[in-house]
Amino acid sequence: MDWFMSPADELLSKYLGLSINVWLTLVFGFLIVPAVLGVSFGIHKYYMRTLLCIFEWATLQMKLKAKEKNHQLYRHYTSGIVSKMPDSTLRQEIQDLRRTADCLSLEPRFDLADVFFFCRKGLESILDDDVTKCFSAQELESWNLLTRSNLNFRYTSLKLLALWVLGVVIRYCVLLPFRVTVAVTGIFLFIVLSTVVGFLPSTKLRRYLSDTVHLMGYRLCVRSLSGVITYHNRENKPKNDGICVANHTTPIDGIILANDRCYSLVGQLHGGLLGMIQRAMVKSSPHIWFERAEVKDRHLVAKRLRDHVADENKHPVLIFPEGTCVNNTSVMMFKKGSFEIGCTIYPAAIKYDSRFGDAFWNSSQSGLVGYLLRLMSSWAIVCSVWYLPPMNRKGCRTETIQSERRF
Amino acid sequence: MGSSSSRLSNVPNSQELMQETGFSAAHLLRLYERFQFLDKDNKGHLRSEDFEAVRELSKNPIGDRIVEAFFLPGQETVDFPSFVRVLAHFRPKEKNRSREGAQQEPEPANSRNQKLKFAFRLYDRDGDGKISRVELLQVLREMLGMQVTEEQLESIAERAIQEADLDKDDAISFDEFRKSLEKVNIDHKMSIRFLK
Repeated sequence: MDWFMSPADELLSKYLGLSINVWLTLVFGFLIVPAVLGVSFGIHKYYMRTLLCIFEWATLQMKLKAKEKNHQLYRHYTSGIVSKMPDSTLRQEIQDLRRTADCLSLEPRFDLADVFFFCRKGLESILDDDVTKCFSAQELESWNLLTRSNLNFRYTSLKLLALWVLGVVIRYCVLLPFRVTVAVTGIFLFIVLSTVVGFLPSTKLRRYLSDTVHLMGYRLCVRSLSGVITYHNRENKPKNDGICVANHTTPIDGIILANDRCYSLVGQLHGGLLGMIQRAMVKSSPHIWFERAEVKDRHLVAKRLRDHVADENKHPVLIFPEGTCVNNTSVMMFKKGSFEIGCTIYPAAIKYDSRFGDAFWNSSQSGLVGYLLRLMSSWAIVCSVWYLPPMNRKGCRTETIQSERRF
Repeated sequence: MGSSSSRLSNVPNSQELMQETGFSAAHLLRLYERFQFLDKDNKGHLRSEDFEAVRELSKNPIGDRIVEAFFLPGQETVDFPSFVRVLAHFRPKEKNRSREGAQQEPEPANSRNQKLKFAFRLYDRDGDGKISRVELLQVLREMLGMQVTEEQLESIAERAIQEADLDKDDAISFDEFRKSLEKVNIDHKMSIRFLK
């Protein structure tokens, strides 16, 4: 029986060896080298166009079927319940009330009936408010073959079901392992190279190398998620002497911004894999990581930030005023602190296109690992970054005005 | 998030609620959807955290009093019937409703009296039936904010009590409250226009 087994064995091992070779060449050639050099083949554009065609076809099928059966395709969630009376907004009324209280010459006016207005406004906002609409994941106009984004999916036709099954197979059996491999390779390379660069003496060469290594790491991470990022207004890109602030939707916001240029991140030192990555990063480039004890000391934070910003050779600091997803203790600290430092502020706005994959993380529904798996098994993460014009302290802008200056 | 098919049969006690509050079926359904939306963890009832998640409400000076008004004394959760009953106070009065004697049918939830009672509860937080000077000062502080001095607040409260307090017990009872608001068009101020 031996002679029967060995040719098959040989064949199997040959086949395995070949496929691993092909795999590594593909990964190396198509991902790592371009990531290091910063070029792109443009494969993603074709990929997205094909996907869009398929989605449109799928939506058309669903609409036809729905018409046949006379069902309503989507529950219109965003229709209002109440019609808000346009007499005056809450803010105006509060101002009116307080202004009369301010006038020193006249007696401040107050009526027992004044409470009615606020009462009614309060109930109207319980019933129907614009803000909570932003916090619910959007329902799409066209279906993108991900059941997680279509809450009303019903079995409508065999063709669609087959297409959906095919989509699941492709996403979980082809795309997901591929992306996980890329991510693992990327992180491993990043840690090794960053530590190596850290051993060099502090010169211009070292800074250049560390920038390259960091950028390579971020680009690999983005490619592992199949991220397609479009940058607008690149002339407003942050420079080395300030703080970059951005809105925060997902844990990967930092990576998306850092794909374009290097930033210094701020946060708490963790343990485990994340801590290892953080320590490797700080060896080659100055990031601001805090120990647990230092986190509560607001003055220490402000001092470190100020020192960092004053040094021209260091990268701009990246801050999310809404608070990070990873570290909730940062929220209170930076709300006042980041804008009191008094340097140039570079705002950035990140907007995700949810047609290819929903990047929103509902932390009450899934943990971080579940979230990352979900991201990696979507079609792609598509987003746009707008760099807004920089702002200086001179304008006496308070924090609330900054945060209201939204897109 | 979201029910698979929103139909009136999914709403608990829909017929009784419609009778009691006067909401139409369509309105009740909309309110139920909104209730489910606010109830983010699908618990079937609301807690005060769910109300606090509404950002516009936190900007409202009396936001937390309004939230308190939904909870029955001693309760920590609001189920859908209680939710609807509170909102029923704010239904505009129908114009062509004939006036009938008070004994013949129970007072509808959106009558003038009920609206006044609701507003009274917002002032009278401890529910003893009187708005004391302390309670009035608290509301004034919330509504007028930090820009008014203590003395100004006290003088406003003093004047308000003097004008309304008829039996001179240094507190405003519900009847005195009602009397002082005789001329105010309560129905207009305390009604929410529900879309058809």
